[in-house]
Amino acid sequence: MPASYIPPWEDVLRVLPEVVLTVGGTLAMVLEPLLRPEKKRRLGWLALATLLVALWATAVAHLFAGPAFRAMILVDGFATFFRALVIVVGALAVLCSLNYLERERADSGEYYALVLFSVVGQCLMAASNELIMIFIGLEISSIATYVLAGYLREDVRNNESAIKYFLLGSFATAFLLYGIAWIYGLTGSTDLSEIRRILANPELAPAGALVGVSAALMFVGFAFKVSAAPFQVWTPDVYQGAPAPVAAFMSAGPKAAAFAIFPIVWLSALATMLVGNFAALVQDNLKRLLAYSSIAHAGYVMVAVAAHSEIGTAAAMFYLVAYAFMNVGAFAVVTHFARERERYVNVDDLAGLSQRQPATAALFSLFLLSLIGIPLTGGFFGKFYVFKAALEANLYWLTVIGLLNSALAAYYYLRIIVVMYFHEPGEAASTAPPPAPALQIALWSSAAATLLLGVFPSLVLDFAGKSAALAR
Amino acid sequence: MNPVNWILALPAVGFLAVLVWPGRAETARALALGVSLAVFALSLALIPGVWGAGAAWHFVTDVPWIESPAIRYHVAVDGLSLWLVLLTTLLTPVCVLISWRYIDRRVKEFYAFLLLLETGLVGVFVALDLFLFYVFWEVSLVPMYFLIGVWGHERRIYAAVKFFLFTMAGSVLMLGGIIYLYNRSGTFDYSILLEQINSGALMLTPLEQLLLFLAFFVSFAIKVPLFPLHTWLPDAHVEAPSAGSVMLASVMLKMGTYGLVRYCLPLFPNASRQAADWVVTLAIIGIIYGALVSMVQPNMKKLVAYSSVSHLGFVVLGIFTFTQLGMDGAVYQMLNHGVSTGALFILVGYLYERRHSLETAAYGGVATPAPWLAAVFLITSLASVGLPLLNNFVGEFLVLQGAAQVNFRWTILAATGVVLSACYMLWLYQKAFLGETPEAVREHVYDLRPREWAAILPLLVLMVWMGTLTRTFFPPISAASAQVLEQTKVNAEFLVSRPAPPPLIAGVMSDAR
Repeated sequence: MPASYIPPWEDVLRVLPEVVLTVGGTLAMVLEPLLRPEKKRRLGWLALATLLVALWATAVAHLFAGPAFRAMILVDGFATFFRALVIVVGALAVLCSLNYLERERADSGEYYALVLFSVVGQCLMAASNELIMIFIGLEISSIATYVLAGYLREDVRNNESAIKYFLLGSFATAFLLYGIAWIYGLTGSTDLSEIRRILANPELAPAGALVGVSAALMFVGFAFKVSAAPFQVWTPDVYQGAPAPVAAFMSAGPKAAAFAIFPIVWLSALATMLVGNFAALVQDNLKRLLAYSSIAHAGYVMVAVAAHSEIGTAAAMFYLVAYAFMNVGAFAVVTHFARERERYVNVDDLAGLSQRQPATAALFSLFLLSLIGIPLTGGFFGKFYVFKAALEANLYWLTVIGLLNSALAAYYYLRIIVVMYFHEPGEAASTAPPPAPALQIALWSSAAATLLLGVFPSLVLDFAGKSAALAR
Repeated sequence: MNPVNWILALPAVGFLAVLVWPGRAETARALALGVSLAVFALSLALIPGVWGAGAAWHFVTDVPWIESPAIRYHVAVDGLSLWLVLLTTLLTPVCVLISWRYIDRRVKEFYAFLLLLETGLVGVFVALDLFLFYVFWEVSLVPMYFLIGVWGHERRIYAAVKFFLFTMAGSVLMLGGIIYLYNRSGTFDYSILLEQINSGALMLTPLEQLLLFLAFFVSFAIKVPLFPLHTWLPDAHVEAPSAGSVMLASVMLKMGTYGLVRYCLPLFPNASRQAADWVVTLAIIGIIYGALVSMVQPNMKKLVAYSSVSHLGFVVLGIFTFTQLGMDGAVYQMLNHGVSTGALFILVGYLYERRHSLETAAYGGVATPAPWLAAVFLITSLASVGLPLLNNFVGEFLVLQGAAQVNFRWTILAATGVVLSACYMLWLYQKAFLGETPEAVREHVYDLRPREWAAILPLLVLMVWMGTLTRTFFPPISAASAQVLEQTKVNAEFLVSRPAPPPLIAGVMSDAR
């Protein structure tokens, strides 16, 4: 088959996940006014079904791996990996949201549609092979997330969260776009492989300083998305303000997507770990604590990216998967525990949870131990691969500081376990209702995934390794 | 099937069973006792296989776990690990027994964590893959953290968190070292690593060796604990419940000394030799400092905890003499300390159950209402002090003799620890058990009950047995420590030039497999 001609049906198959998600999202919007308020939960199940179909579609698209639409999209192992990851994160977020929204009396189709659209954007980003496409994906995902962050519009903190995220996000996007414009001006192309070819060729390459400036501009844009230092200040406020399931979604989904195309700066990795961990040490609010911890984890991933090798890329991919499950799991517990108007979101509110709800406490502890990096959990292998890649790349100091950082991080995660297990039950734990079935599914599946990754990491790592070898 | 795998798997299964088994506290206790006794019976089956069979790996299971990087589930037992495994499996049912009444809330979780701890500890001693070793090392941390944090005394949270963070800080550096070693050698497998070092395939520069040695050493030294990294120990011991203290002192501290013998010395022979003077200095400071602090402790548990710092100093001293006698003594002393200090913590726990105080001042004349308890305590104290015919004497004597072969000054300094230990233990006995019996003691303190006898009697028998019939225990230990010593000579002239691998060792190694 000549390279210039690609049958359109194959092109369509390659974006099948996005198509499925868009149709599902639109359907949710259309059905929204037709359903009576008490039946709106069904739209949640619709969204969940859509996501599952999209997961299947991802597998189908992978069977037809290759470039699509004049190589603006490139379906390969890398794209499939991240598509699957963001779709699964979306599904877990929907599972957490079902009861949350009912509790807050905010059940409506828009919410689920927005989640689906955000996943569309993230999938596009993961599969794009072209700067404009990346930008479009980023915008689709961001705009949906801005709205989600302020979804409970009567809540002051929600509004603050949305405004903050929106203003800073737009600002960061502007930087990114500016960087893209520079690159285009310098190389005359927005195609990633073409740009790489030109930059690698000493005869064609433009002046280093100019490339540096454009790379720096783009870095600002992406660093904002993954909340890397020094662009992390928005994270705690936004996570604290945003509805808990949305925060869970934001902390794993958009991050994974942005990391899929992240440039390298190891200094930023270092600063990110330090800022995240030290700030998390003094947090009392669970959502803020998890926000800072997510900054720290972004730092670990950046260590792997800084290794700048296939193993590093595979390690980063593995880490993001492990992180997605343990973090969404942790947020799911917070969502469950917060109750209406998010009354109980302080660490101390969890006092004695282990005596009132042993299973929930045990699962939360599992997620926290995984976040610390205790063996037999996914988080441990994530850290292990990250630091292995860093050592292979001779990043000794980064590794040592990263390892010490992870010991430091143990303190604030342990604090939560201390409160749950070593304190007598307080009012909040005594009145906590049992977790609803949907949330149970989210919790147990995250826990199963965390353990599975901790015992048989090869399941994911092999795939990550293969796709990293082909990474663009 | 390989009994080692059963010894690892059964407590883990027991952990789940105790946790999910519906029913009351009695069921959990009985289940835990049954499982731990079964594991002990299984572990007895290890002795005939290892005893007298020379320095080789026995009961080997070596199957791939993760393909990339190549991590294997590789476990085996040799003379070094044999007795430590048995110590662990013996003390677990003992701990179940002593917690029978002591633990009265959240009973199920307690026994579940105790069994999980057993798996972790045994795993540390039998793992022969560095990665697997690290996994067990960290896994054993979690149940102990909960044992201290949930069932401990007033300042339990502080103690539990301090314990976790100290160990964690040390072990992440070890993880870095393990990964670095893997990147250099392409394997996590201990025996392959040794082979590479012997054949010269893996040659670490002096700087590399030193840094890697430190990465491992600091982690082990925190666990031992070696002065000045010992500060977590008194807190953890005082706050832990009896069973926690026993497992902590008798087995967990041995993880550190075992790590030194198993990993630090053979993998980084030159760095170990270079560091020996420094390590021995710290060990001797620990011996004297621990004994001096013990002398002024009003709290019985703290006293025993600091005496552990002192006793473990002997072990480290023996290891770093690089002599056969010293090494034998050190390994033997690990077991002795496990038996006698474990027994001391059990007895202090018995006193606490009666009088609900750990302060020596709250007691006095206990021998009057509880003569048997007093007798048992006296025997245990004398064993701990190092009275001939009891266990500690043998180990301490060998260590001191080994030290004398290298530097007689070490022996003199370390021997003061023995003298001081007699002071603090006998003072403790005198203050708590002799003299006037206050009303409160007369009212609350009763003599040993059958269940308590059952827990302490095996340890008493061992104290005498290990002090007299040393032939039972030494052959496997000597074989293993001789092999470690040979290994430390491998690249002794490394700094000058790289010698060909000594044929003798190459032979031993291939026999070993």
